[in-house]
Amino acid sequence: MNSLIGRVWLATGYAFLYIPIATLIVFSFNESKMVTLWSGFSLHWYGEIVHDRELITGFVTSLKIALMTATASIVLGTLAAFALVRYRNFVGRTAFIAHINAPLVVPEVITGLSLLLFYVACARLFGIFGERGIVTIWIGHTSICTCYAAVVIQSRLLGMDKSLEEAAMNLGCRPFQVFVLVTLPMIAQSLVSAWLLTFTISLDDVVTTSFLSGPGVSTLPIVIFARARLGLNPTVNAVATLSVAVVSIGVLTGSLWMARSERRRAEEQAAAYREGALQVARRTAQASS
Amino acid sequence: MGWGSTRGPAQPPRSLPLPFSAAGRKGVRVSARTWAQGWGRRTVIGVPYLFLVLFFSLPFLVVLKISVSEALGVRFQDLLSWDDGTLTLRLKFSNYIYLTTDWLYLGTYLKSIGFATLNTLICLAIGYPFAYFMARSPAAWRPALLMLVSLPFWTSYLLRVYAWKGLLDDNGIVNNLLRWLHLIDAPIKMMHTAFSMMVGMVYTYLPFMILPVYANLVKMDLRLLEAAADLGSTPLKTFWLVTVRLSIPGIVAGSMLVLIPSVGEYVIPELLGGTSTYMIGQVLWDEFFKNIDWSMASAVAVSMVVLILIPLAVFNHYQTRGVGRGSGT
Repeated sequence: MNSLIGRVWLATGYAFLYIPIATLIVFSFNESKMVTLWSGFSLHWYGEIVHDRELITGFVTSLKIALMTATASIVLGTLAAFALVRYRNFVGRTAFIAHINAPLVVPEVITGLSLLLFYVACARLFGIFGERGIVTIWIGHTSICTCYAAVVIQSRLLGMDKSLEEAAMNLGCRPFQVFVLVTLPMIAQSLVSAWLLTFTISLDDVVTTSFLSGPGVSTLPIVIFARARLGLNPTVNAVATLSVAVVSIGVLTGSLWMARSERRRAEEQAAAYREGALQVARRTAQASS
Repeated sequence: MGWGSTRGPAQPPRSLPLPFSAAGRKGVRVSARTWAQGWGRRTVIGVPYLFLVLFFSLPFLVVLKISVSEALGVRFQDLLSWDDGTLTLRLKFSNYIYLTTDWLYLGTYLKSIGFATLNTLICLAIGYPFAYFMARSPAAWRPALLMLVSLPFWTSYLLRVYAWKGLLDDNGIVNNLLRWLHLIDAPIKMMHTAFSMMVGMVYTYLPFMILPVYANLVKMDLRLLEAAADLGSTPLKTFWLVTVRLSIPGIVAGSMLVLIPSVGEYVIPELLGGTSTYMIGQVLWDEFFKNIDWSMASAVAVSMVVLILIPLAVFNHYQTRGVGRGSGT
């Protein structure tokens, strides 16, 4: 009885989560311009987006910004995660934590507005950020995405076995070497997931971008938002289907790769422990003989 | 990895000159190392800190300043001015007075909080049982179930909201389906109403409720339920007194993740809502982009931060208390 209710509840919930995405995909293959009435299978709208200059330029701009944002965010996010996990007491730690958490919940209209007004003030006082475009959007996205990256990497660092780093330190590694040779390979997966997450957040952002972009610079979400506001548009469905396809492939490969490297790491670790135990046993035998 | 065997246990940094006495070398090395560590520590903390202060908090101060500044054409008057040996501080509060007296702003504020609260309650009502059934499903299923909840996060939020436009429109998929089934003759008006906006909100924010509640419920010690049953508690009473009580931190975390961002939501009311669902995020946007009134937009932003910071502080309070309790046991 209980499990029946549970199954029905879960099934309904998943249907609620997935039906909208499914309808987007189905109607992208629709022949007619009507997005909601099925009239026959066609790839017409995919041909249309290939020739749609506005969409293509927007996509290229978005891609550039997303690549730059994801890369900058995981660098800053790794530093921030280390600061949070490894340095338990420094001046202003509480304020630092607030700086990591706040961008995750502050409404984007506020982030966008404040950063734009900051740019305007900078342009007046120092003559920088006068021209708004890819760089100004990049900084805005990075200030939000750094926090997401920090949260993802932090949870990995917290769950990490510190004894391996200590062993490397005892064997004479300098802190930077320990980081590159031991820590980095161990947190590599979380770096990949943080990179992918920040990449998609940046690729998807519309509100902050609207504030920070200048004339002539529009990203894919801005183009889509402008069309979606006007009404239903089959090219938007086609774009949606392509993005769902890319995301599914990306997430699938990503998770397969992660599972594989997790397994390999576990094997290596087990081998190292076996080797260590063997040496200890040998030494004890030598000492006793 | 091949680095362990070749490196000696105590190699001095390469840059040091060789003819140093052992004691002297040791002293230099130690201080060099602590200096390097201090430098490393300063970089690790300082770089992200500086970045976030510069591009996240400092901009807020600019907004605060502009919200109380007098506009002089496209520029804003300086708050402090020095004239004939008199230092004058000019703060213009008219925007804030306007905010509290004009019903457009006050009403929209209250309405936004109302919609956000309703959204949180619906997400809790749907999401809590969902997370509960997920957490109590066979352990082998859980990773897949979890993955299915977080997968929509990876697809565009804008496109997922847009999808509801196609579903709920007068000529939308739902209406077409109902007409095809002869359940209705004329289309039901769903789009651009409070209903369509709430559907979009719940749809977008539901995973934010499910994930923290699930993370909490899956960790729960099920022996507590057995203990309660042994002590004669009915299943319903056990659920209420043990499961729900213990999952309060998860409920608080999920509710804050839903409530706070949905107060300032812009895209969902803009795409799915109508005139009756005008929200405070849209007010800010329109003041800025349509009325080009930067100081009014700033005042709206500042008052939003004040309204949002209070629940955030409560959230942090709960969270740290929960962590303290967890580590104490």
